Amino acid sequence: MSDLMKVSSNPHIRSRATTGSIMGAVVLALLPATFFGVYNFGLGALLLILVTVASAVLTEYIYELLLKKPITVSDLSATVTGLLLALNLPPQAPLWIGVVGGVFAILVVKMLFGGLGQNFMNPALGARCFLLISFASIMTNFDCDAYTGATPLAALKAGESVNVMDMIVGRTGGTIGETSMIAIVLGACILIMLDIIDLRIPGSYIVSFVIFVVLFGGRGFDSAYISAQLAGGGLMLGAFFMATDYVTRPVTKRGQYVFGIFLGILTGIFRLFGPGAEGVSYAIIIGNLLVPLIERVTLPKAFGKGGERA
Amino acid sequence: MAKLTFTGGIHPYDGKDLSKDKPIKAILPKGDLVYPMSQHIGAPAVPVVAKGDHVLTGQKIAEAGGFVSAPIYATVSGTVKAVEPRRVVTGDMVTSIVVENDGAYDEVTYGPVKPLEELTKEEIRTLVREAGVVGMGGAGFPTHVKLSPKEPEKIEYVIANCAECEPYLTSDYRRMLEEPEKIINGMKVILHLFDHAKGILAVEDNKPDCVELLKKLTADEPDITVKALKTKYPQGAERQLIYAVTGRAIHSGMLPADVGCIVDNVDTIVAVNQAVREGKPLMHRIVTVTGDAVADPRNFIVRIGTNYHELIEEAGGFKSEPSKIVSGGPMMGFALFGLDVPTTKTSSALLCMTEDEVSRYEPSACINCGRCVEVCPGRVLPSKLADFAENGDDEKFLAYNGMECCECGCCSYVCPAKRPLTQEIKSMRKIQLAKRKK
Repeated sequence: MSDLMKVSSNPHIRSRATTGSIMGAVVLALLPATFFGVYNFGLGALLLILVTVASAVLTEYIYELLLKKPITVSDLSATVTGLLLALNLPPQAPLWIGVVGGVFAILVVKMLFGGLGQNFMNPALGARCFLLISFASIMTNFDCDAYTGATPLAALKAGESVNVMDMIVGRTGGTIGETSMIAIVLGACILIMLDIIDLRIPGSYIVSFVIFVVLFGGRGFDSAYISAQLAGGGLMLGAFFMATDYVTRPVTKRGQYVFGIFLGILTGIFRLFGPGAEGVSYAIIIGNLLVPLIERVTLPKAFGKGGERA
Repeated sequence: MAKLTFTGGIHPYDGKDLSKDKPIKAILPKGDLVYPMSQHIGAPAVPVVAKGDHVLTGQKIAEAGGFVSAPIYATVSGTVKAVEPRRVVTGDMVTSIVVENDGAYDEVTYGPVKPLEELTKEEIRTLVREAGVVGMGGAGFPTHVKLSPKEPEKIEYVIANCAECEPYLTSDYRRMLEEPEKIINGMKVILHLFDHAKGILAVEDNKPDCVELLKKLTADEPDITVKALKTKYPQGAERQLIYAVTGRAIHSGMLPADVGCIVDNVDTIVAVNQAVREGKPLMHRIVTVTGDAVADPRNFIVRIGTNYHELIEEAGGFKSEPSKIVSGGPMMGFALFGLDVPTTKTSSALLCMTEDEVSRYEPSACINCGRCVEVCPGRVLPSKLADFAENGDDEKFLAYNGMECCECGCCSYVCPAKRPLTQEIKSMRKIQLAKRKK
């Protein structure tokens, strides 16, 4: 027995979960949507996904190498960012779009602000919005071999009829990962079962969005219309995978409800009154900016000061 | 019916199977006994013996240093070898009385005892104070102070903390199974002090055998009930326990007595019972010696002052090299850098682990996952408090209720980035408490 033992402050045990295991679970939960996207749009989509993920991961690696910082790519957070970004790209987008997006997401939105945990905006969405503004024609062109013409959400906005069942299954045009509600919800169930996310943000987001659409959509409680709004565009992917991004959502429980409701209302405004059919990405990054404020006004009451109940 | 509990908390591996079925075994010390003068919260005790004096088992060797303090008794007969600073479990050097054991165990004759019914409340409090009884769950707060609230008639509940929520610990469990009548009799002594109080034995429901046994034994006691609590750490934290049992919540600036409650640990209640009914001072405690590095994990009844080395020997020594040894449980215990320290009134366990989970991981950046917020029983934001502590931001630390932390360790336990959250917050709390005193 050695003379000196290891000492540290309490507690002396640690749970098994690590940043890497959490990010790995998120990647796993994104796989159903990823596989469906590749199945739906073909191998071109797979190549775009791989290029986007690789450029995100490499950007982090090279940045840390050049700045002589500890290499953190093994925590898989850059992989998650790259994958989320790729799932938000049109399947026919040229590969350089994935490269530019991946570099922008990691370098500008994440690393320049201090790396993991310090970014104030979801990197994947920040990059998507950057691409949307910079290369609008590429980013809004969803024509591909399988589908041509407007996305269901655009068709819906134009007053045309849409096939809701196709939208739920995902057999429609759109970005690589957003089309299949079933695949996304399956992934979300994985995250909920593994206790990675809970329903506070997605639930309040979706519910408030539905209420907004019922009130202001002009169709009243038209279940086909509401289903199409829910299944169309990036709402499901955004609500379960991007609004729940730990770094850029409020940490307070009440703040998470406020955040979700805010996103629901913003998405409703953008979709119903904005020039485009979609609004999830913008809603979430604007919501991200308000997080510090939301946290400040929703601080929990301490135990014994009125905060003992959940 | 919803189970009695609190919000937050964690479910770590409990390790109790290692020692829970091992009956309490009495062991006798071999080497010198060391009695630190600070085994409790409050003023250190003052030695009343000097080098060369002969002492008997049960003889007072140090007097209480004030009202919030407690006397200390010799637990063997022998000769005082030294009064000098010795290392204690926290790593501090504390003035200690060292007694060389003569192996005879000559005992003093204890004063005559009166039946409980004939004792006045003041006499009972004096007996408890004189016996050196302190909170034996870990904090070491002098029990007679707890039993002397400003308005004793307003005490409605005396809660026996039988939760034993710390992983690995089985000393209270064994006590409940083997000597439940001492707990019940001790409870009756305390209830005698408070005219309007009911006794509650609060046990976590991972000990159904104890719940059943205590229920059976208190079936004819109208004033004592047994309550099963949901098994969750830190169910035995005083504030969380009071909330689970009574629905009353107190913040860090309040005392249990402010909401009509008195909380005492199992071993403490047994010590009160012994002090009042037998006139004997506090000399023993049960220590669980356990962990995957120990050959034969056991529960021992130990004479206070016994060296930790001897406890390990009695448990068959090490079967594998320990990398970390903790005095107390894994959540709130003290890591030792050596075994050459004495058993004190608050030593509940000696946990020897082959692998140190803390040094297995490197702390990394906070990802704001909120797990610490989710589990915090104090309902504060540990990740933010740790940031404020790191930056020395007193104002924000206090504004975000940093003082409401009970240092239970749940946040550090769950943190996926492996940040030492509890440590940061604890350090800052100490700084704030020190500033308050100025």
